[in-house]
Amino acid sequence: MSSNSAHSEEAHEHPTWSTYKWIALWLTLITVVEVWAYYIPAFVASNYFVPALLIMSAVKFTVVVMYYMHLKYDHALFRKLFVGPLIIAIATFFALMFVFRKMFQ
Amino acid sequence: MATTAAHAAPVASEENTGLWSWLSTVDHKRIGILYLYTALFFLVVGGLEATVMRTQLMKPNLTVVTAEQFNQLFTMHGTTMVFLVIMPLSAAFFNFLIPLQIGARDVAFPRLNAFSYWVYLFGGLFITLPILGWIAPNGGWFGYAPLTTRAYAPGLNIDFWVLGLQILGISSLAAAFNFITTIINMRAPGMTLMRMPMFTWMSFVVQFLVILAFPVITIALVFLQFDRFFGTQFYEIAAGADPLLWQHLFWVFGHPEVYILILPAFGLVSEVLPNFSKKPLFGYNVMVYSGIMIGFLGFGVWAHHMFAVGMGAVADTLFSLTTMLIAIPTGVKIFNWIFTMWGGQIRFASPMKFAIGLIAMFTIGGISGVMHSSPPSDLQQTDTYFVVAHFHYVLFGGAIMGIFSGIYFYFPKMTGRLMDEGLGTLHFWLNFIGLNLTFFPMHFSGMLGMPRRIYTYDAGQGWELFNMMSTMGTYLLVVSTLVFFYNFFKSRVSGQVAGNDPWEAPTLEWSIPSPPPDYNFAQIPVVTSRYPLWDLKHPEKTAGVDHSSASIEEVTGAHAVPMHEETERRTAKELGLPMPFPTIKPLFTALFMVLMIGGMVLKTLTPLSVFVATLITLAALMVGSLYAWLTSPLE
Amino acid sequence: MATDAAHDAHEHHHYTTTGLDHKKIAIWAFIGSECMLFMSLISTYLIYKGKSVVGPWPHEFWCKATNTAAATAEALAGCPADQIYKPILNIPVTSASTFVLLMSSLAMVLALAAVEMKDQPLPAGAGLGDRMLRSSKLWLWMTAILGATFLGFQAYEFTSFVHEGLTIKTNLFGSSFFTLTGFHGAHVTAGVIWLLTLLAIDYKRGLGPKDALKVDIAALYWHFVDVVWIAIFTLIYLIQ
Ligand SMILES: [Cu+2]
Repeated sequence: MSSNSAHSEEAHEHPTWSTYKWIALWLTLITVVEVWAYYIPAFVASNYFVPALLIMSAVKFTVVVMYYMHLKYDHALFRKLFVGPLIIAIATFFALMFVFRKMFQ
Repeated sequence: MATTAAHAAPVASEENTGLWSWLSTVDHKRIGILYLYTALFFLVVGGLEATVMRTQLMKPNLTVVTAEQFNQLFTMHGTTMVFLVIMPLSAAFFNFLIPLQIGARDVAFPRLNAFSYWVYLFGGLFITLPILGWIAPNGGWFGYAPLTTRAYAPGLNIDFWVLGLQILGISSLAAAFNFITTIINMRAPGMTLMRMPMFTWMSFVVQFLVILAFPVITIALVFLQFDRFFGTQFYEIAAGADPLLWQHLFWVFGHPEVYILILPAFGLVSEVLPNFSKKPLFGYNVMVYSGIMIGFLGFGVWAHHMFAVGMGAVADTLFSLTTMLIAIPTGVKIFNWIFTMWGGQIRFASPMKFAIGLIAMFTIGGISGVMHSSPPSDLQQTDTYFVVAHFHYVLFGGAIMGIFSGIYFYFPKMTGRLMDEGLGTLHFWLNFIGLNLTFFPMHFSGMLGMPRRIYTYDAGQGWELFNMMSTMGTYLLVVSTLVFFYNFFKSRVSGQVAGNDPWEAPTLEWSIPSPPPDYNFAQIPVVTSRYPLWDLKHPEKTAGVDHSSASIEEVTGAHAVPMHEETERRTAKELGLPMPFPTIKPLFTALFMVLMIGGMVLKTLTPLSVFVATLITLAALMVGSLYAWLTSPLE
Repeated sequence: MATDAAHDAHEHHHYTTTGLDHKKIAIWAFIGSECMLFMSLISTYLIYKGKSVVGPWPHEFWCKATNTAAATAEALAGCPADQIYKPILNIPVTSASTFVLLMSSLAMVLALAAVEMKDQPLPAGAGLGDRMLRSSKLWLWMTAILGATFLGFQAYEFTSFVHEGLTIKTNLFGSSFFTLTGFHGAHVTAGVIWLLTLLAIDYKRGLGPKDALKVDIAALYWHFVDVVWIAIFTLIYLIQ
């Protein structure tokens, strides 16, 4: 995967089949772990369940965006166009959870 | 055909006239003019609604309209002014000006641009026409649910509102993607972001506010639509729904929306003030950053509209703080405008009068806004006429004054003729006095406890004088608007011929003929500073401004030439410039889409089979037109 | 056929400030906008989680007669059998559909790669695998079929929920769940139609490197819909 980052200037340069294959494998693996965790009652009851699931899903999210949507290799402009709105969306999400007393209270 | 003399009367070339040419146009300038005329028409509609309301409230216990009619009037006045007047008037300038200011020949997606306009027109008619039969929306421009659910608002009224706003949202969103792309990708060589004219900058910020705020109200409206049509329970309190869900979602959209309304006007006066002070804009960079800051912070203050609902001390405090914070970048802008005028050779032409009017009036509205940011103070003012005074000072005194300033300033570019200066001055003073006479007394009637949205009131509460003043002020505003329209239509035909650059202005749009030829720039200019035309004609004014040239690759890629004035008027064909084909397909796509979404009102009127069949037919027609559009070549 | 030079000529047909294509900028702005759309839907689902006054519930058994909920059916002892409603969310089925959508994203990147490499000669001794990787039709079909399969899973899910007593009108959970996943499903449907349109072009005149951008834009949309599902799967299905 790292060998490709050298070409970050080229919009059409992107990883190859083997990278894609590994990414798909990782995505599947994380999904399996997520579902597995869901079926462990003791873990579900613990304080680690929600953070663990959120982290796993955030990793999947990031991997798809960075590699499949090739934001990692593409023009920086696209990163700004996506990350800016995403930050506002996430901040608004947390603010809404806060005002509806779903978190922090 | 070619008109070489710079000051000859403007003529429209033959192929550019006739109804068909307007229906099928994809030229950003003509679409801008369509937006302008349509929005001015709706300004009359919204103004008449206000006049009827003020007549009803002139004295206690009048019966000019019924309570139900009054509800429809204030709902449609607000909805019209926000969605059908101020936003589209701004859109008229986005369309007309952005490509000219950045040195482009059109917008990125000319046909999508036409689509946006037609959706706006049809959607505007859809939401406006019901008032002719007194079945117009009647739940306020904010449409608070559960009040607007079927149980409490059984008629068609709110159906028109929900569906109409959905339609108008699509128009704004489509336009926003278009302008974001245009501004990012179609600037002339050398025009870096920090060299863009301030109007383009503020418009750029506004497009991001649109793409981030409108999806939220879209979803809130979808919930309401589903509740009303399909029996979902989003706003059903008995089913456990939260009565604040709508309010939160609406204001997550609603507060950025007020910046969507005001920032374009800020941009316009930021063009006018330097120009009539003959000085570069003071603190350009800070103006840009404060515009971005206002836009960004605008997403974190929404609940200041809801202090009265009891969110708790922590939420109240946080939203109060962010609201106070947002006054800083706004204040910075006010001071920068004042410093722009400071020491300048000020010329009080009509655009300048309205621009200075904006600074003064917006400051009053801004200060009463800061008063609301404090929850204890807000609790005294909320839902009273004090709030009505506040937002009319920012929206009428701010946005509308700024837009009038822009109309007087850019009228010569749009039509080739100047507006009459004497009538402009009369319009300004009548408008200025009328607006203060209308809205300043509302501070008092509000503080004396007069609630908003009541259709009448009893004598003896100390409100009579202030209401009489407000009503008289409204009549004065009617007169002032008539003066404006008279000036507008008279000057269009017989105004003084303007030439390229009647104001000695600094930016690209003034370097080409008025009205501009359909290709705008025969040769794309290379931009080397923020004030390219002053560099050419008044270099002494731009000595203190940063200059540098564009990269060779950029210049050759765009076939650009050094900054110059264009006075020759030739056709695109003669110049060998490819122009997009006119096409009616966006109009049809828009029409079928509006009919499809609007057709939802049939749900309660016709049998289910008819309803479904109609919707499917319209959807098929829409998709068909869309494919026909997408598969036909652009140019 | 098209060479690198032709590719360049196409790219620079119109001068742009950034050198990037208009449509690609627009699609990223659109995706940014969609973040707010799905944020609103997901927030509403979570705000209303546990607020429904009647069942069925997403993760718990529900006794209609007494309107009580419990983690297991046994805990609802005394409740008549015909009054017991199962937890609605079906994790095994949804896990399978999630996997299908993830795989469709893999197919999509391969479709784009195949379009971009169409004109390059196959390496010496290329096997069946290499040939398959060059087939844009194969991977576009694969993506569309996997997308349609996901929609099939969703249709199955929706109908079985209705049979288990949950409709969009039943309670807040039903309203917010069906609206959220329905919106996502509508996005997948639009994506499948988009892919089929690309396939039609591919059959008509063949998609080559000059069309890479067209496919890239569809792919960005497709992956974004996948990414939204990643969030929905965790936030709505797995976290109880
Ligand atoms: Cu606000």
